Amino acid sequence: MPDQFEPKIVAFFCNWCTYLAADLAGTSRLKYAPNIRVVRLMCSGRVDPQFVLDAFAKGADGVLIGGCHPGDCHYQEGNYKALRRAHLLRTVLREMGIEDDRFRLEWISASEGDKVRTVVNDMVAKVRALGPLHLAAKPTPQVVAAHAHSITAAAVVGGA
Amino acid sequence: MSDLIGGNGCGVRIGVYVCHCGTNIAGTIDVRALAEFAATLPGVVLARDYKYMCSDPGQELIKKDIAEQNLTRIVVAACSPCLHEKTFRHATEEGGLNPFFFHMVNLREHDSWVHTDKVAATEKGKDLLRAAVRRVKHHKPLERRQVSINPDALIVGGGIAGIHAALTMANAGKHVYLVEREPTIGGHMAQFDKTFPTLDCAACILTPKMTAAKTHPNITLWTLSEVEKVEGYVGNYKVSVKRKPRYIREDVCVGCLECVEACVYKQAKVLDEFNLGLGKRRPIYIPFPQAVPQLVLIDPESCIEFKSGTCKKTCVEACAERQAIDFKQQERFEEIDVGTIILATGFDVFDASRIPYYGYGTYPNVYTALELERLVNASGPTAGEVLLRDGTKPKSVGIIHCVGSRDDNTNKYCSRVCCMYSLKLAHLIKEKTDAEVYNCYIDIRAPGKGFEEFYNRVSEEGTHFIRGKVADVFPTEGTNQLTMRVEDTLMSMVRQISVDMVVLAVGLEAQSDAQDVRRRFNISSSTEGFFLERHPKLAPVSTFTDGVFLAGCCQGPKDIPDTVAQAGAAAAEALALIDAGAVELEPNTAYIEEELCSGCKTCIPMCPYSAISFVADKKKAAINEVLCKGCGTCVAACPSGSIVQNLFEDVEVFDEIEGVLAYA
Repeated sequence: MPDQFEPKIVAFFCNWCTYLAADLAGTSRLKYAPNIRVVRLMCSGRVDPQFVLDAFAKGADGVLIGGCHPGDCHYQEGNYKALRRAHLLRTVLREMGIEDDRFRLEWISASEGDKVRTVVNDMVAKVRALGPLHLAAKPTPQVVAAHAHSITAAAVVGGA
Repeated sequence: MSDLIGGNGCGVRIGVYVCHCGTNIAGTIDVRALAEFAATLPGVVLARDYKYMCSDPGQELIKKDIAEQNLTRIVVAACSPCLHEKTFRHATEEGGLNPFFFHMVNLREHDSWVHTDKVAATEKGKDLLRAAVRRVKHHKPLERRQVSINPDALIVGGGIAGIHAALTMANAGKHVYLVEREPTIGGHMAQFDKTFPTLDCAACILTPKMTAAKTHPNITLWTLSEVEKVEGYVGNYKVSVKRKPRYIREDVCVGCLECVEACVYKQAKVLDEFNLGLGKRRPIYIPFPQAVPQLVLIDPESCIEFKSGTCKKTCVEACAERQAIDFKQQERFEEIDVGTIILATGFDVFDASRIPYYGYGTYPNVYTALELERLVNASGPTAGEVLLRDGTKPKSVGIIHCVGSRDDNTNKYCSRVCCMYSLKLAHLIKEKTDAEVYNCYIDIRAPGKGFEEFYNRVSEEGTHFIRGKVADVFPTEGTNQLTMRVEDTLMSMVRQISVDMVVLAVGLEAQSDAQDVRRRFNISSSTEGFFLERHPKLAPVSTFTDGVFLAGCCQGPKDIPDTVAQAGAAAAEALALIDAGAVELEPNTAYIEEELCSGCKTCIPMCPYSAISFVADKKKAAINEVLCKGCGTCVAACPSGSIVQNLFEDVEVFDEIEGVLAYA
């Protein structure tokens, strides 16, 4: 069997919903693709766009953000901030030639262990189909920072 | 193995510990290879694998190594940090280091338990370890902030769980607010007739506790009340309680019920909620004779005075000089400060009309089990007679188990109580009517003290047991009876059994507004909608929100003994917190590095807790550490990178990202 491409996906999961959902997937012994690496943050609102750009710059083939469902945020509205940033970030990623399927924001509650499995498997399949991410030119840290700042600033103007 | 000069110029010596967790981790991940790999990482002085890191010898290893090897950072790769982060931080501290010089890798829940490919799982483990080793070198010594605990407690829900928890805490000398949205406390238990397996009468064991809760000097009981808003944090919650009007002055009414008799409605015409619509009440009424508080209330939906303003108000005349009736009462709000909260909001019974093929709501003689509880109850609408809708006694009764439980189309879980209450109802029906009783079951689940013996007793009394799930219920042609069609799986045949009455053993569900309540208290729910406990085994009454505890069926279906036990446990947890006097908060709050802050105010609207203010004379933002809850949303928004979140500093996260990606 030819070696199939195994994408590397960096995931930022919030501590209260999605990280717990991933724990639940574990205690339920659900099986999913081993391509995901979870970074735990307290809230999806903590996901600095720089984290996402940095992950792509440093070799991630996909980035997944997991937060609480709308209305469920442990910190009231951090997930809304994450959503707003994600919309803007997506346009930047497109300009950089990063396909939509490589970046995903999902609401996964602490009870949805099964959703962790389906989302991860689905994302791995889609990114695998896209193949490895080849950025035209690796963005320098300065470029990454500049893009990220334009996003946070725009998110604020958008009516924080 | 090498020393590493950390970013802040100090030498960092990292110890890495890979836990086998028996075979939970070691069965899928090559833990030895992982430890060997860790030993090659920059900064790592020592790496070990060990059978059970959380055990005493495991923790001792860490302490010993810190002393002997001068370790300055600890990484443990084991289970979820939600389970044992505290344990290992404590061990790190005992070893003489700041407890936050520690980082945990989730090898079990996030790796060995969810993957089957051993090579891939081990590679993933390496990535996660590399990330942790890179991140931990940036960790700073942090102090936990202590906050005091308000000794007052709030208990939401006045069923047996809430009552028991309230009495336990009140007896320990704490002041408790017991808030119930119905006009009386007692909950579902007050509606039951007898309780399995001992058949003691529910009212006889419950009503003394209800009265005790009402009269206890340490309990403030608010009925017809609902929690509207919860703010604050463990030890210091601010709660707003909505108190709905009873239209009766609670301090004046003595519960003589003369107003009820005097009501212009000579006949009770309104469907009685407490009796599930099987009986009638007047617009001014008391929910049931032993209601606590012993106060009447007026239902504005059916009261003529509320509808037209033209009633003769014979109730007011009857009340005479007491003047307890007040048609002008308004909804009002009480603000209270409490340190701990116990949620005991109970359950809803499954709505049997969701399964149309059992005919509930279509055929009058199909009842739910809770309705039957009211029929067999001496103070119920039929004074304890089991009667059909036409007033005659049934000669045969079918009880269908698992209605809304263990069913892919409704609820997959077992509701735990239905088998036992079905056996109890079979016994009571037989006792009262001498009818033939057919129990159609999937399995009989009788796993409690005296439960199996009770099952044997009911079997010996002559109740018929048919192992099979009833397919449908339909009228028997030419009679007033109903036919249950069921495959008797022990006899391998389809049977059609005609009965006069069908009782549906409905399951237990989360309250219909459980999701709203959950959000109000900032806790999670499980897949089925019940409130989620912090850990199913080790923290079954705690939630992920410190200071908020669970008791009774709001956490999942359970019987009365389990509910009372859990309510006691919740009270004990709350008491432990209160008596400690203070609690330590996670130090993951954010702060501003003033020299970097440009004073752009971007962060200020980000904070949902208004913790960030703008200091005008300095033209800088400032974060109030007491108000900050540590989400980090402002950190992500700061254009100049001047906000730092403890434990989640940018540099820590960036190094973690590089680590998982094996980026040099």
